[in-house]
Amino acid sequence: MKFTKTLLATTALTVAAGAVAAQEMTIVSWGGAYSKSQLKAYHEPYSAKTGVTIINDDSSAEAVAKLRAMNEAGNVTWDVVDVVAADAMRLCDEGLAMEIDADTQLAPAPDGTSASEDFGDLLVSDCFIPQIVYSTTFGYRTDLVGDTAPTSVCAVFDLENYPGKRSLEKRPINNMEWALLCDGVAKDEVYDVLETPEGQDRALAKLDTIKDSVVWWSAGADTPQLLADGEVIMGSTYNGRLFSVIEEQKQPVAMLWDAQVFDLDGWIIPAGLSEERKQRALDYIYFATDTQRLADQAKYISYGPARASSAPLVGKHEELGIDMAPHMPTDPNNAKNTFLYNYEFWADYRDDIDAKFQAWLAK
Amino acid sequence: MTDQTAGQDMIAADGMPLKKSLAKSLQREKLRALMLIAPLLIFVLITFIFPIGSMLFRSVENRIVQDTLPKTVAALRDWDELSGELPDEAVFAAFVEDFIVAVENKEHTRIGSRLNYEVSGMSSLFRKSARKVKKWDLAQDAPFRDKLIDVDKDWGDPVTWSIIKTHSGKYTNGYFLNAIDMQRTAEGAKAQPEDKQILIKLFIRTVKMSLIITGMCILLGYPVAWILANLPARSANLLMILVLLPFWTSLLVRTSAWKVMLQNQGVINDVLVWLGLVANDGRLEIINNQFGTITAMTHILLPFMILPMYSVMQTIPPSYLRAAKSLGATNWTAFWRVYFPQSIPGIGAGSILVFILAIGYYITPEIVGGTDGVFISNRIAYHISSSLNWGLAAALGAILLAVVLVLYWAYDKIVGIDNVKLG
Repeated sequence: MKFTKTLLATTALTVAAGAVAAQEMTIVSWGGAYSKSQLKAYHEPYSAKTGVTIINDDSSAEAVAKLRAMNEAGNVTWDVVDVVAADAMRLCDEGLAMEIDADTQLAPAPDGTSASEDFGDLLVSDCFIPQIVYSTTFGYRTDLVGDTAPTSVCAVFDLENYPGKRSLEKRPINNMEWALLCDGVAKDEVYDVLETPEGQDRALAKLDTIKDSVVWWSAGADTPQLLADGEVIMGSTYNGRLFSVIEEQKQPVAMLWDAQVFDLDGWIIPAGLSEERKQRALDYIYFATDTQRLADQAKYISYGPARASSAPLVGKHEELGIDMAPHMPTDPNNAKNTFLYNYEFWADYRDDIDAKFQAWLAK
Repeated sequence: MTDQTAGQDMIAADGMPLKKSLAKSLQREKLRALMLIAPLLIFVLITFIFPIGSMLFRSVENRIVQDTLPKTVAALRDWDELSGELPDEAVFAAFVEDFIVAVENKEHTRIGSRLNYEVSGMSSLFRKSARKVKKWDLAQDAPFRDKLIDVDKDWGDPVTWSIIKTHSGKYTNGYFLNAIDMQRTAEGAKAQPEDKQILIKLFIRTVKMSLIITGMCILLGYPVAWILANLPARSANLLMILVLLPFWTSLLVRTSAWKVMLQNQGVINDVLVWLGLVANDGRLEIINNQFGTITAMTHILLPFMILPMYSVMQTIPPSYLRAAKSLGATNWTAFWRVYFPQSIPGIGAGSILVFILAIGYYITPEIVGGTDGVFISNRIAYHISSSLNWGLAAALGAILLAVVLVLYWAYDKIVGIDNVKLG
């Protein structure tokens, strides 16, 4: 009798716990300062408004592989995933992400403009809800580069005027384009040249001229640390990380915006969610991607909001009180010479060029 | 007492032949032992062996082409890919039929990505063609050959069709060939172009460096284990805590700490410059190369070597050494001829642990290895996470497993696997 009573009690408690746990969602992102900015600008206001608990998971770097594995196992445990545009296109292609209709499922701008117009060209995929525009660009040590500060990306390849170590990402994307640009290829011909084996060899030959002076990074936090330690005099990384090292940690580093490569980061909703979870995810997306929210995120990190209507609302940094607008990659002063990540090209050629790049690295 | 006559089997007390009775009772013992470990065995099978087996199976499995383009594959069987000519209309028609179904099921880009591992450009070819082809009607829009070539000129290139045909088998050796720097082509197995050959080099480097790390661990760990085993219990326990403390610190923290120590502007270089041993612009390059990887990994794997050696050394009675010395041996001879052979099982256990761990590591080589301290596991991780070429990753993993098993067999032949103790 006592046993049955305890059994009933525990079952009742578990069911109750289950019911409470139903008001939860798992949101996946990249970790670090970026996740923090999302926590402050999106998660906390949303939880306060609806009472839903948000569980954070920092696995976005492995998002595509994990979503594919989850899909094969038939058990998708994530509700909303933050991915870069290239990954979102891949997920959409494979049917792993849900298609989103911008006009019906995303908030319109305060002045009535539809979401699809507000986001404009940044809606690069049917499943992708853009959040921020970030760029991969260079930072340099103001005290270690000599008298003339570098203004062009080709300073990276100039060992005579700027001797010292550089840090570049351990993958061909961006490095190949910069190498060709500084080898004399016109900007609009870069990808045509890079399609050919001779073009790829030409880019690797240019990178070979600085290979001994390069420290290769694989995590976004590497270059800021290397710059702060004085291990390298200039290095590439995401612009938000450089902002953090310059403004928040007050290191003697400055931005080299020339030839920055824009990329988009945003949300996808995995396919295969139950109706209840799907509705909750859509509700979150509607809230988190409206005009004010995107402008709010810019208070914590220097990534540009993807909506046109959010740009005038970008104000000051929450803790430092400095104006964020001049630090945005999309600011006209910084965006004089930019590349946009070529999704089509790298979707096709990434594996091939990466094999060559890694073989070249290993020589 | 048993009844025995010449040429007849011995009979046990209950009348059964002794041999049979013995065999029966041994079998019962074995069954009992099996029952005891059955839960653990089933658990290991379900959570370990089946998933890993199924992952490794992906290295030969290639159903995607046949499942997505069944009619095309059948039609291509009659086409000679070495002739240099395009296939005929039947193949094109079969392909369009398959493709329309694939676009509806959203499978067309997946097969494009799979074929893109062989030749760049297939991914966008399939993706772009889908937009136009999905609107075609099979009955009305025939013939398809020229229409498809109009959609994209790559459909008029025999190489495209050759790739589809070469990789249409349900099971393929293509991934394993790729894993050893070769590729599967219409003419059979060919070597990869030289500027893409990296995997064999990485395999050799991984095994070589793991052996070096194991050797360093033996050299550095043996004295520590000796001290721990031969000191009185109180000091030994204190020192043991010092050995175990880094063990309990996170791996990434330890690796990052090595970064701080070994960097160009790091602690070691600063101390050497301050002491005047090294010029300021001639600082030692001890990170982002093989030296950095070996140093950091030796430090991280040292406890795995020290603990088995320590537990074996504890069981060696000190009286043997004393006896050897009393019989006239020098210190060195006593150690080498009496003590060391008894500690070999511990060295064996520690080496196996350290070697197998070292060969699979990828975080530490990634962080401190630069470009020449990188292991094959980094490539496996890349193919799992970024390129999603799980077939190649599985093939690389299978080869790594085979290498470890071969080395284990070699170790068994040389040292003997029974000669491994953990205490």
